[in-house]
Amino acid sequence: MAFTDRFIDVAGCRTHYRRGGKGAPLVFLHGAGGMPIVLPFMEKLAQRFDVIVPDHPGYGQSDEPEWLENIHDVAYFYLDFLAALELDAVVLVGNSMGGWMAMEIAVRNTSRIASLVLVSPAGIRVEGGASGAEPADIFLLSPEDTVRLLFHDPKLAEERLSVPPTAESIDLGLKNRHTTARLAWEPRLHDPMLPKWLHRIDVPVSIVWGAQDQLLPVGMAHEIKRLVPEAELNILERCGHLPHVEKMEEFCALVERFACR
Amino acid sequence: MQIVLFHLMPYAALDLNEGRKNATVWVTLPNRNFDPQRGHQLYNRYLDELEYGEELGFDVVAVNEHHQTAYGLMPSPIVTASALARKTKRVKIAILGSALPLRSHPLTVAEEHAMIDVISGGRLISGFVRGIGAEYHTFGVNPTFSHDRFHEAHDLIVRAWTEPGPFSFQGHHYRVRYVNLWPRPYQKPHPPIWIPSQGSKETIDWASHPERRYTYLQTFSPVKVVQRYLKSYRDTCAGHGYECEDRQLGWAVPVYVGDTDESARGEAKAHFEAFRNVYVRMPLEMLLPPGYTSRESLKNVMKAKAQMFGDVTLEQALELGLFVCGSAQTVTEAFSQHWSDMRFGNLLVMCQFGTLPADLTRANMERFARGVMPRLKALN
Repeated sequence: MAFTDRFIDVAGCRTHYRRGGKGAPLVFLHGAGGMPIVLPFMEKLAQRFDVIVPDHPGYGQSDEPEWLENIHDVAYFYLDFLAALELDAVVLVGNSMGGWMAMEIAVRNTSRIASLVLVSPAGIRVEGGASGAEPADIFLLSPEDTVRLLFHDPKLAEERLSVPPTAESIDLGLKNRHTTARLAWEPRLHDPMLPKWLHRIDVPVSIVWGAQDQLLPVGMAHEIKRLVPEAELNILERCGHLPHVEKMEEFCALVERFACR
Repeated sequence: MQIVLFHLMPYAALDLNEGRKNATVWVTLPNRNFDPQRGHQLYNRYLDELEYGEELGFDVVAVNEHHQTAYGLMPSPIVTASALARKTKRVKIAILGSALPLRSHPLTVAEEHAMIDVISGGRLISGFVRGIGAEYHTFGVNPTFSHDRFHEAHDLIVRAWTEPGPFSFQGHHYRVRYVNLWPRPYQKPHPPIWIPSQGSKETIDWASHPERRYTYLQTFSPVKVVQRYLKSYRDTCAGHGYECEDRQLGWAVPVYVGDTDESARGEAKAHFEAFRNVYVRMPLEMLLPPGYTSRESLKNVMKAKAQMFGDVTLEQALELGLFVCGSAQTVTEAFSQHWSDMRFGNLLVMCQFGTLPADLTRANMERFARGVMPRLKALN
């Protein structure tokens, strides 16, 4: 299934996105590392969905707009983005930073959203106690150590680390990291006001989490389930922070079942 | 030349092995390594050393701000500068500097500096910094807003010092309905402003602007780097259409003066190497969080990583001009030569560094003040 590269101007931000496949619209919001290439899960989902994968403002090939100051700006931007592409009944899927964005979008307006798949999302904070350790400090980790924490299977990390960086990938990495800091440095990777309004999400929600997530501990999955009791909760075994990569088949089957029910 | 005695007030009682084991003495070194009894002795010893600086004839004594680190025990230089304002009578007191973006509200800086200026009868030199990268980890202030917050805080402080209050200030990061400073600063129009920096084009452009003409201090850098940035400052002034005065330039450097070159090196070696290789050290991610520098500067640092983040011996440091050490004659000649190359109007000497104990620090200060300083002061 071929994905094509496209650009659209939204809120003065030239925004890059990839689009491929046929079916109900599915928008995938990437995590802090960006989405520089078409990954196998995108190809797989494109067999059933019209898959749209934007680079967030400040990430990848999208502009870095002056107005981008916090996660709320991103939420309003995406409401404009969905309107600009005239998308309706969207399956909104977000991983990590992208999952946080998905929640921020959905508490504001679900009129173009059919359902929400939150894949190890950032955005909330679990108060201490038994439910899990603190999230890893991605801003103090070296890029190599961050990659090692992404996966449960160390072979996957070593595979990714064995690809030598290019001048372009270094530039993209620094750009993505800068925007992640802008949005998530403090409060660290969450919005303390978000839990107050999660009850506004009035579409079906599925939570997906790797049981061995070393970046955002799985305790957060239970906290979101507590805040959004109607949500279904899927904990994947032998899986780290990127279920769509590490458990691709299982993840895609889960999304299809949930979205097409 | 104006000679400044500069102190970091490090936690010299640090177990160096603990510092090495933790890879840095910043942010994450557990504070069980700080013993308040030793801290009590050190603070009082260091304040005594700065007060002795007045007696020895230094023009300025200087303190600075660092947080959650054994590198320097002054999370508030306001506290040490205040103590000095009362204990000293003639010497100028420099705060190099207050980390503006780390404050919740910059008006507190305007107020505290104005108090010290009034109490000391106009002896304050105000320094403004952004805080180093590690301090964006300790405070949680977003480093991608660091430059914006610095500039806006600066504008608010200078306006609060100079414009009749009350007036309203509506910025992007700070908004206040009533700016009406009590006390107003003693000096007119306000205390001199110095800008310590590790070297950045943005800082030089800003500090040298004809409306500001702030004194630019290059801190703890290889002498070639000092030369490059001081020249860049002069060139930038010329680009602005005026000639840079020597008083607009300064160099901050650790110094050790011994009876002979050999004894100086022998006495300083372990303490300097502890300073450079334990106290200064931190990982790249801690030093340069996103947005603290431009991405171009960050890439340059990544390229020079091996050189910047490896150990440096005293001998290498002398070669690089990171450290000036030797007999009074050697040190005098070195600074005279550097002065004629660079014409900096301010020399900031750090006579205590790392684990350098009280007796060696005092002896160093005395040899510098008696054997080196008179000739340097005469340079003009």
